[in-house]
Amino acid sequence: MTLLAVERIKLFTTRSPWWCTLIALVLTIGFGALMAGTSEENIAPLTIAATQFGYTFGLVVVMVMAALAITTEYRFSTIRATFLAVPNRPTALIAKATVVAVLAAIVGEIAAFGSWGIARLMKPNVDLAINTAYEWRAVAGVGLVYGISAVVAVAVGVLLRHSAGAIAVLLIWNQLVEPLVQLIPKVGDDIHKWLPFNVANKLITGNPDPSTRDVLQGPPPSDAVLGPWPALAAFAGFAVVLFGIALVVANRRDA
Amino acid sequence: MIEAVGLTKSYGKTLAVDNLSFSVPTGRVTGFLGPNGAGKSTTMRMILGLDTPTGGSALIDGKRYRDLHQPLRTVGALLDAKWVHPNRSARAHLQWLARSNQLPAKRVDEVLEIVGLTAVANKRAGGFSLGMSQRLGIAAALLGDPQVLLFDEPVNGLDPEGILWIRKFMHRLAEEGRTVFVSSHLLSEMALTAQELVVIGRGKLISQSSTEDFVAQATENTVRVRGPQLAALRSALGQAGVSIRDEGESLVVSGMDCADIGELAARTQTVLHELSPQRGSLEEAFMQLTGDSVEYHTEIADGPTPATLVPAGK
Amino acid sequence: MTTLLATERIKLFTTRSPWWSAFLALGLTIGFAGLVALNHNGGPLRVEHSQFGIQFGLMVVTVMAALAITTEYRFATIRATFQAVPNRTSALLAKTTVVAVLAAVIGEVAAFGSWATVKVIDGGGPELAITTGADWRMVAGAGLVFGIAAVIAVAVGTLVRQSAGAISILLIWPLLVENLVQLIPGAGDDIHNWMPFTVAGRFLNGPGPDAPLSAWGSLFYFAAVAAVLLLAAITAVNKRDA
Repeated sequence: MTLLAVERIKLFTTRSPWWCTLIALVLTIGFGALMAGTSEENIAPLTIAATQFGYTFGLVVVMVMAALAITTEYRFSTIRATFLAVPNRPTALIAKATVVAVLAAIVGEIAAFGSWGIARLMKPNVDLAINTAYEWRAVAGVGLVYGISAVVAVAVGVLLRHSAGAIAVLLIWNQLVEPLVQLIPKVGDDIHKWLPFNVANKLITGNPDPSTRDVLQGPPPSDAVLGPWPALAAFAGFAVVLFGIALVVANRRDA
Repeated sequence: MIEAVGLTKSYGKTLAVDNLSFSVPTGRVTGFLGPNGAGKSTTMRMILGLDTPTGGSALIDGKRYRDLHQPLRTVGALLDAKWVHPNRSARAHLQWLARSNQLPAKRVDEVLEIVGLTAVANKRAGGFSLGMSQRLGIAAALLGDPQVLLFDEPVNGLDPEGILWIRKFMHRLAEEGRTVFVSSHLLSEMALTAQELVVIGRGKLISQSSTEDFVAQATENTVRVRGPQLAALRSALGQAGVSIRDEGESLVVSGMDCADIGELAARTQTVLHELSPQRGSLEEAFMQLTGDSVEYHTEIADGPTPATLVPAGK
Repeated sequence: MTTLLATERIKLFTTRSPWWSAFLALGLTIGFAGLVALNHNGGPLRVEHSQFGIQFGLMVVTVMAALAITTEYRFATIRATFQAVPNRTSALLAKTTVVAVLAAVIGEVAAFGSWATVKVIDGGGPELAITTGADWRMVAGAGLVFGIAAVIAVAVGTLVRQSAGAISILLIWPLLVENLVQLIPGAGDDIHNWMPFTVAGRFLNGPGPDAPLSAWGSLFYFAAVAAVLLLAAITAVNKRDA
């Protein structure tokens, strides 16, 4: 508990988490507002899924924030001060990942419900009530994906120790590698089904009654074969394994 | 008490610290002396559990640093004043450190007061001068009121006022009965600050002794003799079995004091123009001991003197 | 100017990140082409198949170009640079040129390397031969796009002065923003049509029937965006305290 308080102090006494939170919320909710404002009954109807189009913006910004939370410690060598105060390195890093993940999850929930709320305000006549399990996952699930993604980002940050490298790996992986893999003939699609961020997407976009859903009505659906909740569990498992590797490496390495 | 036993650290083929054993006694200021690149910082990082030794161990009061419970209460360290997030305020930096070892929040204000940073406590640390950063680092080291303190080159880059402040501070800490281990590459500084000296070069132990003994052993006392006709005196000195070195017109004699050389000169009826004791400086002694161990030799030291660098004919 | 170019060349190649980036860019792009060729069956491989991974190289080169200037700010060597060359405009232009040339070389090697890899693995039918103007643009054009993208990256790096910020912007922009604007009902497609990296892609892959610009017009537009950003960066550098 003490260590969580320590990491909370550390996170909020620098500027980048505030900036990233602000940017994530503005981009996501702003995009939600844009979607609501430009929606038209017949051509591009406003749906709950459509309010969540900006969710990827928030995701990448939150991952940048999470990676920076650890890479700046290496950058300014405060990681050494941290390990002097808390020589049990895994505990210190777990505390950091927890705090960052919780912040990321909160940002995710605010972004998702904010996007949904602003759409409701702008288009009070459209039925945007959250009723089905899918609709709940599409909105409330955003926080879960952000939180777990933050753990992935902290793990990558610990392993690479450089802001530039960690951010490049995270963004290129998430935004380029995963979609481009599909272009590989034969095996591409099968590989893509199991790539972590695509799997995570399943929670948000999975099982939306595909028969009636138009692409315009929400983020492109994930082709992961797992169901939404097993997909989230698989994503969490991936994060835990990666973070475990990061802990082992940090514990063995010279600080 | 800090004890290093066979401490070794290698990076690939480079041996940064080579089978180093020494002990830092309780309640005194011990200087950790060596030229730049001798392995002082690496040794300190190993003592503090930041770097893992390739061999051997370093124990503080019989425990490895990483086994200490709430280590800031036992050991305080200032290895680098710049290990602070530039956008975090001095107070916030100390707050999270204090919290991590469950130290009371008011301790933060106390240490800020001790190092004289109360007025700038809420300013971002990135804007601090080196002297102020150093004070902040010392404040962090003092947070847990530890009995053991480590400082790595604390006066490096400081102005005279800052150096004086640190020097007085070290003495105060030792007077309070704390164990202080402070590294430096400046022997003159250490002679003023430290009671004990651990001297290393190229990662190896050169000596461990009290500062007094080290100075006495290491500095050679010589006598300069100058005169128009020194041949007779020279052979007499030669028979007495002392070592003689020619330096221009004069002889530099070691192993005999002025009085005895004067007697000898009278007996050989030698006219003397000068008979003066020469005290080897601490710096010379240090160079002599660690000379072979300097990692990066400079050409100036034993190469051409600055005067010869001026082109001839100008 | 030759002196300045030589200076910047020395600065660039005496750090590790350009080497790493070049290695990564080539490895990813050519490696991906190899994967495509190895797994291909059904239908002959065409030139475009060999260039599927070119965007990997482009993104890595963008990161490299941004780092070339942001690390100068990070280690304050920018001050040493401006002490040595007080004419900041020339200093920045020299750096931009060197980085852009390196990026262009990496682009050419990546594109032709990918093509050659596919050809070696597959044997290569007539569809894989580089014959038409469109084929040449697709392969040889990569160097041009890489070079111009590097100019954009140096400009953004100069404006932001921070590795993390510059890289985030440079990756999020082409990978995410340009794609997501398409989703905006109504105006989305029109905005998307003028997004710089989208337009650059049309130079490589052919403009298509709905594109507002021709292939070379697209490249020119991309270059114009880069020039405007570079101008903004030069203005900022001259106004700002180093």
